[in-house]
Amino acid sequence: MEKRFWRGLVAMGAIAAVVIAAGCGGSGGGGSSSGGSSSPSTTAAAHKGGTFTILANSSFGVADPAQNYTLQEWQLLINSHDGLVQFKRVGGTAGTQIVPDLATSIPTPTDGGKTYTFQLHKGIKFSNGQVMKPSDFVTTFERQFTVPGPTSFYSGIVGASACKPSHCDLSKGVVADDSAYTLTIHLTAPDPEFLDKLALPFAYVVPASTSKKLTGNNVPPGTGPYMWKSYNPNKEAVLVRNPYFKVWNPAAQPEGYPDQIVEKYGLQISDEVTQVERGAADEVFDGDVIPADRLNELNSPQYANQVHVNALTADWYFAFNTTTPPFNNQKARQAVNYAADRSAYVKIGGGSALAVPTCQILPPNFPGYKPYCPYTNGSDTTKWHGVDLAKAKQLVKESGTSGAKVVVNSGNDETSKALGEQMVSDLNKIGYKASGQYLADGIQYPYVQNSKNHSKWNIAWSAWYQDYPAPSDFLNVLLGCGSIHPNSDASPNIAAFCDKAIQAKMDQAEKTGVTNPDAANQIWAQVDHEMTDQAPWVDLYNPKQIDFLSKRVGNYQWNPQWYILIDQLWVK
Amino acid sequence: MAEVAALDQVEPASPGGPEVAGRSPWALAGRRLVRNRVAMGGLVLFLLIVVVSFAAPIYADHVAHVNPFENNLNGTTIVNGKKVPLLQQGGGILHLGETPIGPTWDIHHYFLGADQNGRDVASRVLYGGRSSLIVGVGSAVLCCFFATVLALLAGFHGGVVDSVFSRSMDVIWAFPVLLLAICVATVLLNAPNGVGVGPIRVQASSLWLPTLIIAFIFLPYVFRPVRGHVLAVSEKEYVEAAIAQGASGWRLVFSEVLPNVITVVIVLLPLIIATTILTEAALSYLSIGVQPPNASWGSVISDGQGLLYTRPWVAIAPGIMIVLTVLALNVFGDGVRDALDPRAKLRIEG
Repeated sequence: MEKRFWRGLVAMGAIAAVVIAAGCGGSGGGGSSSGGSSSPSTTAAAHKGGTFTILANSSFGVADPAQNYTLQEWQLLINSHDGLVQFKRVGGTAGTQIVPDLATSIPTPTDGGKTYTFQLHKGIKFSNGQVMKPSDFVTTFERQFTVPGPTSFYSGIVGASACKPSHCDLSKGVVADDSAYTLTIHLTAPDPEFLDKLALPFAYVVPASTSKKLTGNNVPPGTGPYMWKSYNPNKEAVLVRNPYFKVWNPAAQPEGYPDQIVEKYGLQISDEVTQVERGAADEVFDGDVIPADRLNELNSPQYANQVHVNALTADWYFAFNTTTPPFNNQKARQAVNYAADRSAYVKIGGGSALAVPTCQILPPNFPGYKPYCPYTNGSDTTKWHGVDLAKAKQLVKESGTSGAKVVVNSGNDETSKALGEQMVSDLNKIGYKASGQYLADGIQYPYVQNSKNHSKWNIAWSAWYQDYPAPSDFLNVLLGCGSIHPNSDASPNIAAFCDKAIQAKMDQAEKTGVTNPDAANQIWAQVDHEMTDQAPWVDLYNPKQIDFLSKRVGNYQWNPQWYILIDQLWVK
Repeated sequence: MAEVAALDQVEPASPGGPEVAGRSPWALAGRRLVRNRVAMGGLVLFLLIVVVSFAAPIYADHVAHVNPFENNLNGTTIVNGKKVPLLQQGGGILHLGETPIGPTWDIHHYFLGADQNGRDVASRVLYGGRSSLIVGVGSAVLCCFFATVLALLAGFHGGVVDSVFSRSMDVIWAFPVLLLAICVATVLLNAPNGVGVGPIRVQASSLWLPTLIIAFIFLPYVFRPVRGHVLAVSEKEYVEAAIAQGASGWRLVFSEVLPNVITVVIVLLPLIIATTILTEAALSYLSIGVQPPNASWGSVISDGQGLLYTRPWVAIAPGIMIVLTVLALNVFGDGVRDALDPRAKLRIEG
């Protein structure tokens, strides 16, 4: 489940978060949507048509939905494909709600939370005219294991453990009844996040006839309002209307407004900004980070209605290597937390309008989030107010680690290098002898995950964006004992932090979550605070993201899971 | 129509002046070089840049009072007598971004402004010059030294030694120079513990690593012409005469061959330095050259790339320094070639 946000390349997952402003959809940022004053249906129908053009610095790679793990393709796939369930297709925090999509309703799990039986809508067709049947889902889930991709989301399905890339038989785990139009999924153990996982594009249905192997850049037909006309990763992706689409649940899959959605690749991000300013395109892809020196332009009142800023449920942090000195010592870790000048990190992240300092693992407006920041000066521990160097130095002294050599590992792009240099500076201020180790982005993340390299670094930069709005996606995935995979490049617990008592609480929260999500969130909040006290990380800030749209675009909506809802935008 | 004249015809002994005859070839070359005002102008400019760059610590510590290697995001400076933050929050409704202060043109207070991390650009340009010059000159000298040694061994020994060295150089030569530099630098600089051979270990943050990488990729560009000269000189009568007199191999190399090919190396050196400085700048611009906390002109340009619209001086200043340095070296190198290269003894007169 590991994933990160690479600047200008891939933005993953979703957000359970706030939205700071704007638009008729009820979410959004500093700006507001143009055209937002329109009233429902009749007026909305007048906005149908036109071509919405997105500019992206690079493509999202191979398009097969069983493999692709990028927000960039997911923002398009949600318009062309459907799953059994879906995150509600609206802006604001309501967008984290799971609603039925191809299923007629959300079933209550039986068999102690291990069995889900879905009744499916009848008469829905794929974009090739073929009727969608429950048995299509069997192929869809089997493809998760025969196509190289992040199979761990569905590894709890009965039979999945025996699946191999060469062969997969889920006939016992995914049981389709095409006559009754039902689909039954059997799990090996209860999974409180299973519905979230079903709402991800990996589980979006494709025809049973689809090859079990990678389809490359040919996206198999889907059931959504759009279909893929073409995809050339060196040029563009084009989605046009699916002639067989009819609305069955507008909360999950509404009809889109533009007749055509085009995503063009290859421009420098700065040039994308210029094109959108001129109205030659409609959106700078929201995974492309707008260069710092173009931001001043966007502050201009001229663009007030075209710029939207939204908080992301994401963490930018430094993970301590808790397996070796000096940071196998809790006091040393806490000392660095007190010394970390989060206001400087926020400036590197684009300033206070684009980053919010934090001390804890869970991001704001996320299930289980309760504000907590013990590593600040002053007595208010609900938010960060400033560094406490005296306390930091005292803790370093108590830990007996003063003067220790510390290797700060970070990426070598402009931002992560600046973060690394700032950490070196913060460490040197409290008596460590810190030096930087800057690796290419593609190398750095696997490098710090692999325990073979634990002797070579002491603190490493990383970032995490949610897959879906569940506290375990941060706490258990990033700091759970089960997320340590020795000698593997895919060991998301970079800190190699394992506290058995906290792990027991996380297990309890997982169990409780199957039947009582609210009670589970209370436990997750405790886990978050206890974890923060243990200080396996220096949490830096929660980032925000800019959407920049052309003047003609209306009906802007920001969904915490999918970010900008492209199909709901008006270009007429 | 151009008239071709022999060099000795160009510089006749003046009746009242010193006698040309009897002067050593080195003295003659030196005289020709000194008389070449353009070349000397290049040399002076280059030396000026060297002096200014190596004075970086004096400027940073005693004039600007800054540490150009540490982030100073929350720092302030004085502009027109007022204290101002080095990074200023964006305006408008949204306040997006943080813009560093631009040039103050005050030598004591962020003369060329600050970069995105709040560091003094002027100090970084000077320190960057120091790194660029160390890497550029160092790699060029190492390259010329090793290429000359290898060329002497290959050219003089011939046979298997020549074949092995020459074909190895052909392999390096076969790669586009910048592409090879990028490949080698990417691999070596991403080795987190640096690179080591036996007890010798070079850290990625050390200037030695880019120096060695650049020296390596330019080896064939010096090796081939020098080897050619070694082969030519080895066939000369005076070498055969020395052999007939029973001179040892080492004596032949050091007394007969090397003195006659060293001029080629001297001619190549300034031109190679100019090229290695450019290569270092390119690698550092791509973040695979000089590593933090060190700066180089290339890395300062890279820092300024994201500020081209608002703070262009961050990129322009090191760019100007690179242009001036390379221009100076090329002009001087041309002068050295005119003075020394035996093949340049014919001139075209208009």
